[in-house]
Amino acid sequence: MSDTHAQTVPFVRDTMLDQQDPPLTQIGAVKWIRENLFSSWLNILLTLLSLWVIYAALSHLLPWALRGIWDASNLSECRALAAERYGADASVACWAVLAERWPQLVFGFFPKELYWRPILAFLLFLAAVAPVLFSSVPRKILWVTALAPFLLFWLIWGGSLWGPIAAVLGFVISWAIMTYAAPKIGALLSVILAIVVPVVYWLFVCGPLADALASVVPLALQPVATQKMGGFLLATIIGVSGIVLSLPLGILLALGRQSDMFIINKFSVAFIEIIRGVPLIVWLFTASLLLNYFLPPGTNFDLMLRVIIMVTLFSAAYIAEVVRGGLAALPKGQYEAADALGLDYWKSMRLIILPQALKISIPGIVNTFIGLFKDTTLVVFIGLLDPIGLSSSIRASTDWNGVYWELFVFIGLCFFIFCFSMGRYSLFLEKKLRREHR
Amino acid sequence: MATISDPPERGFRLSQLIFDTRYRSMTIQVVAMVLIGLLLSWLISNTIHNLEALGKDFNFGFLSQPAGYDINQQLIDYNNQMTHGRAALVGILNTLLVAVLGCALATVLGVIAGVLRLSNNWVVSRLTAVYVEGFRNVPLLLWIVLIFALMTESMPSPRDFRGEDGSSMLLGESVAITNRGVYIPNVVFSRSLGGNEIAAPEPEAPAAAATPGTNMAGTYGASRIATGGAGVQTGQNDTAAGSGSASGDGAAGGAEVGEVIPTSSFWDWLLIITVLIAGGIGAKFLGKRAARIQEATGKRPMTLPLQIAAILVPLIVVLVGLGASLDKPELGGFNFDGGVHLRNSLIALWLALSLYTGAFIAEIVRGGILAISNGQTEAAYALGLRPGTTMNLVILPQALRVIIPPLISQFLNLTKNSSLAIAVGYMDVRSTLGGITINQTGRELEGMLLLGLFYLVLSLLISGVMNVYNSSVKLKER
Repeated sequence: MSDTHAQTVPFVRDTMLDQQDPPLTQIGAVKWIRENLFSSWLNILLTLLSLWVIYAALSHLLPWALRGIWDASNLSECRALAAERYGADASVACWAVLAERWPQLVFGFFPKELYWRPILAFLLFLAAVAPVLFSSVPRKILWVTALAPFLLFWLIWGGSLWGPIAAVLGFVISWAIMTYAAPKIGALLSVILAIVVPVVYWLFVCGPLADALASVVPLALQPVATQKMGGFLLATIIGVSGIVLSLPLGILLALGRQSDMFIINKFSVAFIEIIRGVPLIVWLFTASLLLNYFLPPGTNFDLMLRVIIMVTLFSAAYIAEVVRGGLAALPKGQYEAADALGLDYWKSMRLIILPQALKISIPGIVNTFIGLFKDTTLVVFIGLLDPIGLSSSIRASTDWNGVYWELFVFIGLCFFIFCFSMGRYSLFLEKKLRREHR
Repeated sequence: MATISDPPERGFRLSQLIFDTRYRSMTIQVVAMVLIGLLLSWLISNTIHNLEALGKDFNFGFLSQPAGYDINQQLIDYNNQMTHGRAALVGILNTLLVAVLGCALATVLGVIAGVLRLSNNWVVSRLTAVYVEGFRNVPLLLWIVLIFALMTESMPSPRDFRGEDGSSMLLGESVAITNRGVYIPNVVFSRSLGGNEIAAPEPEAPAAAATPGTNMAGTYGASRIATGGAGVQTGQNDTAAGSGSASGDGAAGGAEVGEVIPTSSFWDWLLIITVLIAGGIGAKFLGKRAARIQEATGKRPMTLPLQIAAILVPLIVVLVGLGASLDKPELGGFNFDGGVHLRNSLIALWLALSLYTGAFIAEIVRGGILAISNGQTEAAYALGLRPGTTMNLVILPQALRVIIPPLISQFLNLTKNSSLAIAVGYMDVRSTLGGITINQTGRELEGMLLLGLFYLVLSLLISGVMNVYNSSVKLKER
C-alpha cells in the first residue's frame, strides 16, 4: 500500500540510565564561588579588591592586637616588654592600660569598695527589663520592673531607703483613688484627683515623711555624689533614663501633633521643630550655662539631672516624629472603626491605634534609642566624665601618656556591643510582631 | 399620638464645657493655652529677675566689639581686631564648609556602600555590612577623635619628606599628607580680579628668617582653603630658591623681582562658579532642545559633545584669561609652603562625619532599592532594556522617592553633628560665637540664643530646599 511499516520497532528505551552527579562546576563550593565571587569581570575585580582590603586591614591589626602586652604597669614598661619579646621596632598593643584602668572606664570615680552597688543595680535592671523585652519571661516579674526605678536610684546614689519608699507611696495614693474613689465620685473627678493629690503629696508631705521615717528606722546606704560617677556607669544612667522617659513623652507629642486642636497641635509642632533644629550639644551647653537663668533664683540642681532632662526632651522630639510616621501609616479605617465602636479618644488610642502605630515605628524608635545612647558621649563637653572623657584623663596621667588606640578600641567595642544588640533586638521584635502574611 | 421630636432646647450649662464633646476641645485648648502662657511667663520673669540680680542687661551690642582672639582657619578676611560679629561669621562659614563637604562625600560613600551591600558578591556585601554596622554602632565623637589621632600620630611629619628615603608626596609631588594636615595644590591666577602683588626687590633672606616665614605661612595657609581667601603671600619669597617648580611660569615661589605673583581672590572664584553654573544651564537647555526635536521628529540630535563643550569651553576661556596655574606645596623651612593647607581638624571632622553619615545613607539607599518590587526589573528586562538603563530609567527614579525624605534628615543630622568640631578644635560657629565669644563677653543668654537661631534657620532652610526637590521627584498622581 504505502511505505508505512506495519510493524515499527518501538523506539523506547527499556533500561534507565544511571543518575549522574552534576558537573563539578555546578555543585557545592565551586558553584557557589563561581556564582557569588567570579561571575563577571566586575565581580572578579570587586572580589580581589575586597580580599586585598581585608588582608591589608587584618595583617596590620591582628599581630598588633594578638601580640599585645597585658602585664605592665605603665607605657614605658609596656614598650620595653614589647621590645624584649618581639624586637625593637615591633608595633604591638598595650592592653595593660585596660587591665589596670578598666574599673575607672566602667565606674568612673565611684568608691572602689562600693562597686557591688552598681553591679547589683545592673543585674536588677536586667531583671526589670526582661519581662518588658521578652514575653516568655514570667509576668510576675513586672512587679520588679515597677519598683526597679526607685531601687536603682537608691542603690546608685545611696542615702536613705525611706526617700524612694515615700515617693512610691505617691503612686499608691494615685492608684487607690482611681480604684476606690472612682465609682463614688465619677470618672473625671477621680482622674483629676489622682493627678492632683499625689503632686501635692510629693511637694509637701513626701520629704518630711521620709525624714521622719528615717529618724525612726535608719535604713541607709553610704551616699555617693554625682561627680563621682563616670564611664559607662554614667553613660548607662543617662541613656537608660533618657530612653525610659522619652518614650511616653514622645508618644504624647506625636498625638499632640496629630491632634485637631489648633493650640495643642501648633505647640507640639513648635516644640518638636525647635528641639530638632538645634544640635544636642547646644542644648547641653544651654543646660549647663543657661538653666539657672530660667529657674527661680537659688535653684541649683544636679548637672546629671539637667543632662537627663535635656537628653529626654531631645530624643522625645525625635520619637514624636517616628511615632507620627506610624500614626500616619495606619489606614483611616482603623480610626473610623474605633469611633464606630464608640470608644472615646484615649481608649481608641490605647486599644486600637497606638499598638499598631508603635509596631510600625519600632525600627525608628530603636534607632532613636541607639542614637541617644551614643549621644551620651557628648556630656564630656560639659564636664561630665563619660568613657571618652575618662580616656583623655587616663592619657593625661604620666603612666599612660601616649596610649590611644587601646582605649578607643575598648570604648568603641563596648558601645558597639550595646548598640548592635539593641539593633538586633529590634529586628527580633519586628519578626515577632509581623502579623501580616507576606 | 406619640411624636418623635427633638429633645427640648435647653440652655447652655457649665457642665457642657467638660462633658459635651462639642465644647470639650475648646475647654482643653483654653486650659492648655493658659498653662503654656503661665509657664512661659514664669520662665521669662525668672530670667529677668536673674539677669537683674546678676546686673546684666539683654543686648547684642557685644557683636560689634572687637573680638581679640585669633581663628586658625578663615574663609574670609579676619584678624583679632575685628568684631565678635565678624568672628561669628567666620565660624558660620567654617560650619557651612564642613557641612557641604561632608554632605557631598557622605552621599557618594553612602550610595556606593548601599549598592555594594546589595551585590551578589558575598565578600563585597559582607565587607560593606561590616562598614555600615561598625560606623553606625559606635559614637560619632569616638570616630572624630580617632581619625584625628590617626592623622596627628601616625602620619609623617613634614621633615620626614626631606631626603631620599623619606616619605614621598602623592600624585606627582603635589599632595602631601603630614601630621600637621594635608597640603594640596592651590589654583592661582596671574591676572587675578582681586589684583596681584608685584614681587618687590627683597634683601637676601637670612636662614633664621625661615622661622617667622613659616609661622606666617602657618597662619596665612589657613586662609587659603577653598575660596582662596585673600592670599597675600609675600611671606613666601624666601622659600623657593631653585625648586624647579613644575608648574613653571611663575608660581608663587619662583617669582623674580618685578614679576607678578599669582594669587587668587574671592572674585576669581565667584566668576568661575558663575561661568560653571551658566554652562550647566546651557547644557541643560541643549538637552531639552534635543528632547523637543526627538519628540517632533523621532530623531535625537547628538548632544553629549555639545553639552560637554558648553560647560568646558567657557571655563577654559576664563581660566586662561585669568592666567591660572597650580601652586603646589613645597617643602621649605620646617613646613610646607604654598598650596592649600587642610588642617587635621578639618580633615578629621570631614572624614568622620562623612563615613558616619555615609553608613546611615547606605542603609537608606539599600532600603530604597529593595522597596522597588522585583517585577519592575523584570518588566524592564522584558522590554529589552539593559541592566544599566534599567537602573537609570526604571529603578532609581522610583527608589529616589523612598530615599530622599530620610536623606534630608541625614543631611540635617550631619550639619548639626558638625558642632562636634569642639572635639578637635575646629573653629566652627559653636566655638567662635558659642565658645570664645561667650567666655570673653559673658553673654551666655544672647550668644546661645543666636547660636540656636543659626542652627534652627539652617535646618529649616535645608529641609525646605530638599522638600522642594522631593516634591519635584515624587509620584505625580491624578
